[in-house]
Amino acid sequence: MHIVVCIKQVPDSAQIRVHPVTNTIMRQGVPTIINPYDLFALEEALRLRDQLGGEVTVLTMGPPMAEDSLRKALTFGADRAVLLTDRFFAGSDTLATSFALAQAIRRIGETWGEPRIVFTGKQTIDGDTAQVGPGIARRLGLSQLTYVAAIDEVDPAAGTMTLRRRAEGGVQELTTRLPVLITMLEGTNEMRRGKVADALRAARAEIVTWSAAKAGITDVAMCGLRGSPTVVKRVFAPAARAERAVLVETQDRSPGEIAEALIAGIGTRLPALHDDLLRAAAGY
Amino acid sequence: MSGTARPASGRAGMKKELPEHFRAYRHVWVFVEVEHGAVHPVSLELLGEGRKLADKLGAELAGVVLGGEERGLRDAVTAAWEHGADLVYLGTDPVLDQYRNEPYTRAMTQLVNTYKPEILLLGATVLGRDLAGAIATTLLTGLTADCTELAIDDERSLAATRPTFGGSLLCTIHTLNFRPQMATVRPRVMAMPRPEPGRVGRLVPFRPELREEDIVTKVLRYLPDRDSDKAQLAYADVVVAGGMGLRSAENLQLVRNLAAVLRGEWGGSRPLVQKGWMTADRQIGQTGKTIRPRLYIAAGISGAIQHRVGVEGADLILAINTDPKAPIFDFAHLGVVADAVELLPALTEAFGRRLAVNRLAG
Repeated sequence: MHIVVCIKQVPDSAQIRVHPVTNTIMRQGVPTIINPYDLFALEEALRLRDQLGGEVTVLTMGPPMAEDSLRKALTFGADRAVLLTDRFFAGSDTLATSFALAQAIRRIGETWGEPRIVFTGKQTIDGDTAQVGPGIARRLGLSQLTYVAAIDEVDPAAGTMTLRRRAEGGVQELTTRLPVLITMLEGTNEMRRGKVADALRAARAEIVTWSAAKAGITDVAMCGLRGSPTVVKRVFAPAARAERAVLVETQDRSPGEIAEALIAGIGTRLPALHDDLLRAAAGY
Repeated sequence: MSGTARPASGRAGMKKELPEHFRAYRHVWVFVEVEHGAVHPVSLELLGEGRKLADKLGAELAGVVLGGEERGLRDAVTAAWEHGADLVYLGTDPVLDQYRNEPYTRAMTQLVNTYKPEILLLGATVLGRDLAGAIATTLLTGLTADCTELAIDDERSLAATRPTFGGSLLCTIHTLNFRPQMATVRPRVMAMPRPEPGRVGRLVPFRPELREEDIVTKVLRYLPDRDSDKAQLAYADVVVAGGMGLRSAENLQLVRNLAAVLRGEWGGSRPLVQKGWMTADRQIGQTGKTIRPRLYIAAGISGAIQHRVGVEGADLILAINTDPKAPIFDFAHLGVVADAVELLPALTEAFGRRLAVNRLAG
């Protein structure tokens, strides 16, 4: 069974800094990582392959340096890596991104066999939209299954799958037919340690690199900024509040005395809350 | 084809004029999320926000309610009217009984293509996010996720503001040339409007074209979460949260103790989830839960923007941090420069003593 996993190389968000004067993002020297949510999708794909046979192809769209993330995915045991990179993709919003990735997945299918499952992470840590997975599903006509917590059974011969997905206020147990797009919930599995053999293979592996044209994208007006219905009009730092917090004096005070001062401060500002808390504690 | 195929015109999204066929799109819609009979509060919050947008546009506000049969949806219709909707589109079909992406996407796109709204808002819940992405892709229109502010600009365009770059900056996004303009908003980001009991509007019943045999995904079972451990964080009156200033996972117990005395909920900042100190459903901030408690106590939290946007709706923010320069003091109301690990037990004890005294007196 052929499985495609879409991943994204993202800046390690813990390391992003904003320039204090210009309010622009300081990208220099920020290390990049595979979007952490994508690792759950990749691990699930590798498990299914180990269980059922077949191949896992990892796909990413990004600048040439996104090759690093693909190579990393190969060290975990993915069989093949495809990098979709072209200046036409610059400035893509989620709709344009899903268009390009869907086209690349079609081309992957023509080249190495139709994927029965396409995986993505539940969202990225840099965009946080959770829109690209559903976008790919829609464009390829795949059954869309987001926030999947567990894949219980896959029967490639019958083309069926049962799974559990997070829903509002509960868990849905579903049955569906392949092909599907799954966005994997975090914490559902643990990424394996790659084998030494895979690490050696990954170091030498050829990363399949496709331009828009090579991926079979004939209409570049659907890509990048031009293919994006959303327009970012303004980027800005949030305005500071007019006044800073009123600080409670700590000099020569014990923690107990500071606590009393804080409770008094809360009482002054929210007298009703204070009374309600007392009533709640008294069991009213 | 390659670069030579590039049309001479500028970027499609930047053109000023709205294409002719989109000019008929009018009015503001809110998707009213109903799960197992209950309306999700975020939908009512969105009706409050949608009301303001509709008034600014001189347009109507509509709620969209979907489900299996009309009988179980009357409360949702009434709630939509009482929270500001001028009319409600009520789409019913047995296929819509339990939420599934495919039939809901079909019903929503049919409804949009029939009645043509200019704005469509959904809650950024598990359901709303699953649905919004599929609708936007089907309609090939713009969708902005997790907005913190919605406004109408001078050209009748929806200005959707959201955090970007991991929450360190905000950006304002427009969908200039496509309709509807779509946005999602997380629970508790917008204030709950005051309902007007007895307020009624119009009801527009809608029969979507759906057949169960066309839908390949079937629900076998629905297992509701146990209430016991589900964090009621978003709607709690008092929230106590910890950050890296707690120094260890064990010290998170100090936060829980204070929350327990105050009959409140507890949570933490994003790094605690990344460190594995607590689960993601307790995370407070832009990528976690947005809260609007009356009292919020932030213990050892520095107050990065991504945290700030999740707590700004609190009536009173009390910050405890050893660093007087920590950004949390820029938006807290009351603060103390102290070690949370030392102060939390003292605060728990002092609150506990007062409340115990009252119990005796009461």
